[in-house]
Amino acid sequence: MKTLAYRLVAVAAIGIALTFATDVFLTSANLLNVLRQASLTFLIASGLTLTILTAGLDLSVGANVGLSACLAATVMKSTDSIALGVVTGLGFGALVGVLNGLMVTLLRLPPFIATYGMLWTLNGVTYWFMGGETIHGFAPGFRSLGTGYWHGVPIPVYVMAAFLAVGGVFTRYTTFGQEVYAIGANREAARLSGVPVRARLNLVYLLSGAMAGLAAIVYLARLNSAEADIGEPLTLPAIAAVLIGGTSLFGGVGSLTGTLVGALTLTLVVNGMNLLAVDANWQPLVTGVIVILAVLIDVMTRQRAEARA
Amino acid sequence: MSRVPGAAYLLAMLVVAFSIFGSGFATVPNILNIGVQSSVLLLLALPMTLIIMSEGLDLSMGAVLSLAGVVLAMTLTKEYRLVTALLAAVGVGLAFGVANGLLVVTLGLPPFVATLGTLGIAQGLALVLSGGQSVVGIGDALPALYARQPLGVPFAIWIAAIAFIVFGLAYRYTRLGSYVSALGGNREALALAGVRANLYHVAVYALGGAMAGFAALLLTGRMSAGHPTAAIGLEFDAIAAVIVGGTSFERGKGSLGGTLVGVLTIGVLKNGLNVLEVSSSLQVASIGVLVIVALVLDSIVQSLAHRRRSVRTA
Repeated sequence: MKTLAYRLVAVAAIGIALTFATDVFLTSANLLNVLRQASLTFLIASGLTLTILTAGLDLSVGANVGLSACLAATVMKSTDSIALGVVTGLGFGALVGVLNGLMVTLLRLPPFIATYGMLWTLNGVTYWFMGGETIHGFAPGFRSLGTGYWHGVPIPVYVMAAFLAVGGVFTRYTTFGQEVYAIGANREAARLSGVPVRARLNLVYLLSGAMAGLAAIVYLARLNSAEADIGEPLTLPAIAAVLIGGTSLFGGVGSLTGTLVGALTLTLVVNGMNLLAVDANWQPLVTGVIVILAVLIDVMTRQRAEARA
Repeated sequence: MSRVPGAAYLLAMLVVAFSIFGSGFATVPNILNIGVQSSVLLLLALPMTLIIMSEGLDLSMGAVLSLAGVVLAMTLTKEYRLVTALLAAVGVGLAFGVANGLLVVTLGLPPFVATLGTLGIAQGLALVLSGGQSVVGIGDALPALYARQPLGVPFAIWIAAIAFIVFGLAYRYTRLGSYVSALGGNREALALAGVRANLYHVAVYALGGAMAGFAALLLTGRMSAGHPTAAIGLEFDAIAAVIVGGTSFERGKGSLGGTLVGVLTIGVLKNGLNVLEVSSSLQVASIGVLVIVALVLDSIVQSLAHRRRSVRTA
């Protein structure tokens, strides 16, 4: 909790700095834009948070968003049905999650390499499926999911809040949540105390895939177009959001609230760079530095805790 | 005992299948073409083998290679000599390799996330330096060198062959070679024997970075330009080649010969799919599937071997 407070102070500090450095930052239009962008990052990063809590990882989330969005767009265009498109996106995202889960539990592959293989498989299939085409122009009713407002607040923020509430209750107050933390803290101990480790891991990877599918739908509604490369720049920021939010790569420590704070921090940094007219080419570099710093803090915190124990 | 990697059978089957179904596959020019296409990959896969043997990973290699290509091309456009430009490229690669090594070994960061971070940094630097554009106008020296064919064999294949021999000799006859597999699985023993394990471990990552920098010679030579995203994702092919070649992430087991077979398997697969006119994006997907299949086969073989051992001891 204390570390989360530090992180919130960091968010506030960036916000104050940007208020003084730019004229546009502290306008409701810009702040709502930041919130909307952070909500999207949170949706992608939330399922990923669960996998990292179990000491696993899902490197395929970005590529999963890309292919799920392209499939959903295709179905929506060819059937004229929003519902079918949404079901396709969610369903495909979840299917990828199931495959990731099976690779980790049934085939016992290391999660980072299994989901990394999945990343490139999905990327290849997406480019092949789209063949350089762009699908754009969706029904206004669907687009409002990404671009609309309700009582002056962007709809994606409500989606984010709903999933944060549900996910927060699930991870903190249910047996499932306790078991997720237990697996990450000590898998063998969890197994010996009767946690169905494989079943829980399968569910966690399924959720990670399904959240990527959901993010794909919201993303599609926001962009109003689908191209093969839309998922590619999403993976590194999602991982950065989880790590900045204080979830440990070693498992068992962290929270979805932390990931939201991480997503906000990262979005503020990117927003600030945009407002200060920094070349967009700098973004991967800055995100890379942030990822390394976040892991460094994680490792040092852990070492200090071990030294104390 | 050095076991024949399963990929050798796979490679043989692929060659036979493509020779039957793809007209123009089994021709001398096409085979040389496979060699040329595989040469950059081999330069990355050789050090990647050592990194994976040490229970590590380097996801930054493709981005570092792209960055080194941009640096090489930019140095050449300023009319420096090729040697100077190559030194600059290798230097940039080496710096990233050392940084990876320090992050993983000295600071103890998990390798896949640490190198994912340096991937972002290298990619960002390449984009910023080049302004996101191809760097053209690199003069004649490099394209002329790249086009040479001593004894009828393309320059790229010579370089790849020399690199393979040097790595093979170094693995067999140097300390780094003898310590590398123990770095992952048996570090305690190294430390107890008074070996400065951290130094050798950083050196393994440094070598990976330097080789990624050196590979810019072939990549830039082939394209006659430096492009900031030219080699994005090539580290995945390198990891795939290493895994397909039978090196495993745990236990520190593996071989450079296996990696050569893995590189050729990927080269033959891509080329054969090309000859069969399968789109290049599905080729990327096929390598993803190939890796997963190789990992699954490896885990089945391991569990069978384990079962056999436990039956014998029972």
